[in-house]
Amino acid sequence: MPSKRDPILVADRVHRHFAGVTAVDVDHVEMPRGKITALIGPNGAGKTTFFNLLTGFDKPQTGAWSFEGKPIAGLAPWQVARRGMVRTFQLTKVLGRLTVLENMLLGSKNQRGERLLPFFWRKQERSDSARALEILERFKLGAKAHDYAASLSGGQRKLLEMARAIMNEPSLVMLDEPMAGVNPALTQSLLHHIKDLKNQGMTVLFVEHDMHMVRYVADWVIVMAEGRIIAEGVPGEVLSSTAVVDAYLGAHHDTDLRELVREMEA
Amino acid sequence: MDIIWNSLRELITPTTAAYALAAIGLNVHFGFTGLLNFGQAGFVAIGAYGFAISVMTFGFSTPLAIAVTLVLAAGYALLLGVPTLRLRADYLAIVTIAAAEIIRFALNSSAFAKWTGGANGLYNEYSGWLKGSNPYPSGVVTVGPWTFGSNDLWIATVDWLVVLLTAGAIYLLVRSPWGRVLKGIREDEHAMLSLGKNVNLYKLQALVIGGVIGAAAGILYVQPTSVQPFDFATRMTFNMYTMLILGGAATVFGPILGSMIFWVVMRFTDELVNLGVDGGLFDNVTQGSQLRFVLVGVALVLLVVFRPQGILGNRTELSFDAK
Repeated sequence: MPSKRDPILVADRVHRHFAGVTAVDVDHVEMPRGKITALIGPNGAGKTTFFNLLTGFDKPQTGAWSFEGKPIAGLAPWQVARRGMVRTFQLTKVLGRLTVLENMLLGSKNQRGERLLPFFWRKQERSDSARALEILERFKLGAKAHDYAASLSGGQRKLLEMARAIMNEPSLVMLDEPMAGVNPALTQSLLHHIKDLKNQGMTVLFVEHDMHMVRYVADWVIVMAEGRIIAEGVPGEVLSSTAVVDAYLGAHHDTDLRELVREMEA
Repeated sequence: MDIIWNSLRELITPTTAAYALAAIGLNVHFGFTGLLNFGQAGFVAIGAYGFAISVMTFGFSTPLAIAVTLVLAAGYALLLGVPTLRLRADYLAIVTIAAAEIIRFALNSSAFAKWTGGANGLYNEYSGWLKGSNPYPSGVVTVGPWTFGSNDLWIATVDWLVVLLTAGAIYLLVRSPWGRVLKGIREDEHAMLSLGKNVNLYKLQALVIGGVIGAAAGILYVQPTSVQPFDFATRMTFNMYTMLILGGAATVFGPILGSMIFWVVMRFTDELVNLGVDGGLFDNVTQGSQLRFVLVGVALVLLVVFRPQGILGNRTELSFDAK
């Protein structure tokens, strides 16, 4: 596959198997900087496992990958996050018995007050709070700032998780199924927020099932099936390629059933 | 009326203060960080024996003995925490309860009796410095409706001072961004990792701080009495959990209030039973003391039914637990 100009993330020969079942077997992949990349594929294709591997939440049997030109394989998840690669989760992980604002403030990095002897942190806390409220306002969660995060609806939790990731000022945002279980109205606003991340200079990688949304928002599409990357390219081309359609719908989706039955009988 | 006043006396006794302090330490673990430490009694034992042996065997001055004891407790916390904190929460629970029992059996065994006194424990030949600095007039001192021995009142004063200072420090800590990270870890470790927080380091810090507070409580606990290995049984840890739940976990004053209520109720039921024995209701104290625990059990059940968040806890916070 041709190398992209200035990739933000490059991964080579990443292999992960669980007790003999290969989950991820990616030979080579690059994420273009400053673009929105969609990672698509049928259920069980290894998308989330690949996500976990790249962010340090899981360890592969073999593989090397670098972020911003520096190798990051083998780093702990919190070290990966500090390099500027922040992820969200398929099942949202809000901190329920903390307020929405506290959730946001935890996203802020390099806090003086988070050291063991917390002194002289109030000034930074004030500016962080102001920034957090501004982001919450953008995500229409401003009114909820002082409510417990556990009181939010499923969709609001998705928004909070994305807002909290932005609070961390990452260069690469990795969203694991941001649209799963979200109503159509909120999907629109989530898509808008994803595009907004790009406008602010961040690179976005997201996992998604819905082809219409991928077509609408993504600049680049990577397709996984059975742990491998089977295609990549601009949405228009990739989504009409036979390999992708076969992976999603099965190789025989437009064959007449009677023909298949005849073949099997023969 | 005597029963009431005798029971309320427990509000300010040194034992109540020592338990309150150890429960404050346990609250750092369980209430704020979500660490399941079932061996706080082990930290308390290290405090009690570490101090007593430092003074009696090695002849350390009191400040040096305190410093050595607290460093020992920090080392013990690291020993337990480093291998277990990166595993799932239940491993810490198993290791802490087992380690606390190992400590207790080792202290109880005759193998180390030269230092620990074995099953007899240690007579109090270590609180001379504290008693020597007693500013109260000697003899019996009257405070409100109660009378105290001069030394006991001085020890109680020092103990409660330590409790209040520690509670103040915890108040500042848990309201800082550092404390917010602990609560975040309690809610979801993976979310905190994804935001770049070194979760294991914070958990280790919390374990050490809560453990050192537990050891300080051990030093206080044995000042008015002797050191007895049986005191540091698992029941001590579970009594502290009871106090936390009573007063309200993850609150600053919950463990203190919990310890006060716990000891007042224990004393009150004790007095009731004695009254029953005197009045011929029970044949002997053993029979009556079984009823005492029934009464304590009923009180706990009522608490959990009508105020599950504890006295100082936040009901809204608790209502999310079911999700």
